Amino acid sequence: MGGSSSLLPQEALGEYQELTFLNKQEILLAYKRFSELLPREQRENACSVRVPKSQILTLPELRPSPSRQANPFQHRICHVFSTSEDGDDSMSFEDFLDMLSVFSDAATSDIKSRYAFRIFDFDDDGVLDGKDLEKLVNCLTGQGEEARLSSIEMEQLIRNVLEESDIDKDGTINLSEFQHVISRSPDFVSSFKIVL
Amino acid sequence: MGKRKKCKLRDIMEDVGIEIDGQVESDSESEEDEVKDKRSKKQTRREIVRANRLERKKSQKNKEENESKEEENCPQQSRASRRKNHRMKRNDGKKGGGERDKKASSKDEKESENKEKKTNMKGKEEENKQKKGRKNSASSNSSNSSDEESLSEEELAMLMEEVEQKKKLISTMRNKPWRMMKKLSVLREAQAFVEKFEGALGKGKGKKLYAYKMMMAKKWVKFKRDFDNFKTQCIPWEMKIKEVESHFGSSVASYFIFLRWMYGVNLVLFGLIFGLVIIPEVLMGMPYGSMPRKTVPRAEQATAMDFSVLWDFEGYIKYSALFYGYYNNQRTIGWLKYRLPMAYFMVGISVFGYSLMVVIRSMARNANESTADGDDDNFVFSWKMFTSWDYLIGNPETADNKFASITTSFKESIVDEQESNKDENIHLRRFLRVLANVLIICCLCGSGYLIYFVVKRSQTFSKMQNAGWYERNEVEIVMSLLGMFCPPLFETIATLENYHPRIGLKWQLGRIFALFLGNLYTFLLALMDDVNEKLAEEDVVKNITRWTLFGHYNSSMENSTATPAPLDPADVPRGPCWETTVGIEIVRLTVSDILVTFVTILVGDFIRACFVRFMNYCWCWDLEAGFPSYAEFDISGNVLGLVFNQGMIWMGSFYAPGLVGINVLRLLTSMYFQCWAVMSSNVPHARVFKASKSNNFYMGLLLLILFLSLLPVAYTIMSLPPSFDCGPFSGKKRMYDVIQETIELDFPLFVAKIFGYVANPGLIIPAILLMVLAIYYLNAVSEAYQRANAELKKKMQLQREEEKNKRNNKASTNSMMQDLEDLLAPSTKSESSPKQAEDKKKDSPNQASPVGKQEKAEVLNSSPIAAGRRAAFIPPPHVLVTRPLTPGTWAPYPQPRQPWPGGRPMGPFPGRGRGQPRYIHPV
Repeated sequence: MGGSSSLLPQEALGEYQELTFLNKQEILLAYKRFSELLPREQRENACSVRVPKSQILTLPELRPSPSRQANPFQHRICHVFSTSEDGDDSMSFEDFLDMLSVFSDAATSDIKSRYAFRIFDFDDDGVLDGKDLEKLVNCLTGQGEEARLSSIEMEQLIRNVLEESDIDKDGTINLSEFQHVISRSPDFVSSFKIVL
Repeated sequence: MGKRKKCKLRDIMEDVGIEIDGQVESDSESEEDEVKDKRSKKQTRREIVRANRLERKKSQKNKEENESKEEENCPQQSRASRRKNHRMKRNDGKKGGGERDKKASSKDEKESENKEKKTNMKGKEEENKQKKGRKNSASSNSSNSSDEESLSEEELAMLMEEVEQKKKLISTMRNKPWRMMKKLSVLREAQAFVEKFEGALGKGKGKKLYAYKMMMAKKWVKFKRDFDNFKTQCIPWEMKIKEVESHFGSSVASYFIFLRWMYGVNLVLFGLIFGLVIIPEVLMGMPYGSMPRKTVPRAEQATAMDFSVLWDFEGYIKYSALFYGYYNNQRTIGWLKYRLPMAYFMVGISVFGYSLMVVIRSMARNANESTADGDDDNFVFSWKMFTSWDYLIGNPETADNKFASITTSFKESIVDEQESNKDENIHLRRFLRVLANVLIICCLCGSGYLIYFVVKRSQTFSKMQNAGWYERNEVEIVMSLLGMFCPPLFETIATLENYHPRIGLKWQLGRIFALFLGNLYTFLLALMDDVNEKLAEEDVVKNITRWTLFGHYNSSMENSTATPAPLDPADVPRGPCWETTVGIEIVRLTVSDILVTFVTILVGDFIRACFVRFMNYCWCWDLEAGFPSYAEFDISGNVLGLVFNQGMIWMGSFYAPGLVGINVLRLLTSMYFQCWAVMSSNVPHARVFKASKSNNFYMGLLLLILFLSLLPVAYTIMSLPPSFDCGPFSGKKRMYDVIQETIELDFPLFVAKIFGYVANPGLIIPAILLMVLAIYYLNAVSEAYQRANAELKKKMQLQREEEKNKRNNKASTNSMMQDLEDLLAPSTKSESSPKQAEDKKKDSPNQASPVGKQEKAEVLNSSPIAAGRRAAFIPPPHVLVTRPLTPGTWAPYPQPRQPWPGGRPMGPFPGRGRGQPRYIHPV
């Protein structure tokens, strides 16, 4: 703890506390975990180095394994929070903090739902259309073949979802519609969380 | 004057998100003129100008914010805007913060933005610009003519406002969905601004004071943050619970959070009882052996230290400060003149008072949190889809379970939707349900009778001298066994009923609750019989004691003329002391409950898990997937157990003050033990158990139990005479007499008088009436609110449906989008075409040929499916065709600026799709 805290400058720590929903311990822990993902020689300047996606995914909440995966949205989460310019979904420490902040306990429902929308928006076109929803359902039902919904069920499901939440009837769900739905949900804030 | 107005206007405009570039330009120019005029006189002025520049920067920032909002809305555009940002940054880098250049570049951007803006927006903007221009000239005139002092004051006020704004920005920064880099730069800028201009505010003495105030505020914020950090560090088991949470999801963790909360409550109760009752008695009261009530009777002394005796809470433990009987009725003890009987009584009451308060407060808090009410079932499918994944799950096995449960819930809800209750054999089902209920009631009655029988028998056993271990512990064993075997039995019976799992779970919980409650109350009734017997016995013993003492003194008087040696306290015959008996019974029950719980966990979970894990290699079927498998973590059962245990604690704490200490130990160990057991040998519950909804349910159970355990205690305090030779109230007629006594002896006369008046039925009855009236009134008010709420909800729903209908017809407004799309890169087209296909696919159950939206709606209208829930959404047909295109109707829709539908084949609409595309799709 002491070692890692000395590496993270004090003023940066203060700024991070100001800018995220995390407290001091959480930021320090995040820093520790983040620097553990780096190779040893880069640990010194962990703030400026990017961690490739494959490394980020070794965190338990996002960990993939060949046959089963814990979090079906791992790739989406990496993609949404990454600021990488060459699109390899690598993350800097600040991206990492951004992610933890959004997924923390204290974050507001508003900001959580914004990011949830972007995570669910698989093709990044700003709306959830039928395709996104289909992908989302496939993510939620897992990879096993027997678990998949049949195409009729899938259609029915997507139609029902659109009927419920597509207020302007354009066949897609946009951010405000999404937030409208999410804000009524009692469970969203408690389940949209990741802790280190 | 004009300045301030302008500032305000600018603020408003910034709020609206309208660009004010041209105006800003002229504004700054005029200001610079002013500066030229007064350069020699005012030093602060320059700073103010700089402030204005900064503000201009801020407006730019605000624009960025707008951009980022749009970025949220349509990430296609986001790429473009991000690129734009990069470009801007590069520009910044090149020009090294050159104010003019930057402005120019930003202006460029703004202009390009503006072009993309809708025409009505533009018009508005222009109007504003004109207004501004007029204002501007007016203000420059006025500023030139007005005297310095007032001007500077106004500017100061303006500055202050700005500083406040910056501060607000800093404090709300974390709510902005920005990237960290941007947040950092904005934060730094804002902080620098605040730091720079904070000192300049105020003047003379006020200046110092202001600076001081600011400094203190800053310190205070820092302190608060540190304190929060400290507080979160102090929450025990945070990491442990998080570990469990990450393996099992939030519902299992909710049990542990409940357990922790319970531990906190018990810790407070423990502090109360130990600090105010037990420790004063031990430190300042008469020592052990000085009085009959504090001494083990001669007959028991030989075995009083044996473990088997101590295990039954007899012997030395019975005559210790852990139980009611040990306390002396001396009015004050020690040099502090501590009024122990009074304290005992008040602590007994405040234990209940505190618990009630805490439970109700946390219930209210939970209710507040859940006011975003999930009771409207408008979004069943959407919630299932968007909120069912628990991101905390980090364990692949749990994730598999979660996948399975989500899949089944999807399938279930689809089936529910498809077939509306087709009950072909309703009679059989009804018969089975009645049968199941009859069986369960038989079980409940049987268990109740069994307990009554056993408690009765134990009274005869307790009179026998050589009772074996089983005979002494029969009650506890039977109760624990009932608690262990009845719930599974109920579950088996409940399969007869064939309820929906969610309803079934509620029935199951209700039945277990009834079982526990019935058992507890039978136990209490039997105990009450016992107490009455003891009370009768007491009268006899009282006489014997008096005669013994009398005889002793007489004999000693006869034997010698010297003062008689007092009778040894161990020899004095004593009454049965029913309070201690009750206390011991409850403590024994609690302890056996603890043991049964732990043994159940050990055998039912751990041993089973070991067996399944290791015997799986050499067994004929798959143990892990087949019959025994691993135990599930039974949240509801565990919570119910905890709640009942707590009820027992509340009931017993008056007669056995040490009970709370035992409970604190129990909760502590069970925290570690259960955490370990869960992590090592459980799989999560297959049934989805929503944590948020059940929380208040648990609290409700707790409140009920609290009330039910308050009843017997209150009854015994109010209506039974305390034992004559043990406990702090011995010698009084009723326990509550201690209050009267204290008031009469320790308070001045008039207090006693007032108390007498207050206790007068003539006052109490009106007071009760008043309270009843208040309850009635509040109830009526809350009902009215509820009605109003329902009304509003209905209205909202109506509005929403109307909105939907309107949207349905107005697909033609999308023509602009259509035009836009034509201009876009081909990739978007290819993207939109599958969307179209998707739409068609969605329509396919209703119709065969691919048609546009309007036709679809019409078809829907005529299709038989529409009879159900869809009926409300469908507009009357004539509206479909004749609805005029009115841009004004966009207004009620929350975010009108972002219609981005998939391309629909619509006719071009002249005059709408003017202008460039808002963004260029990256190819």
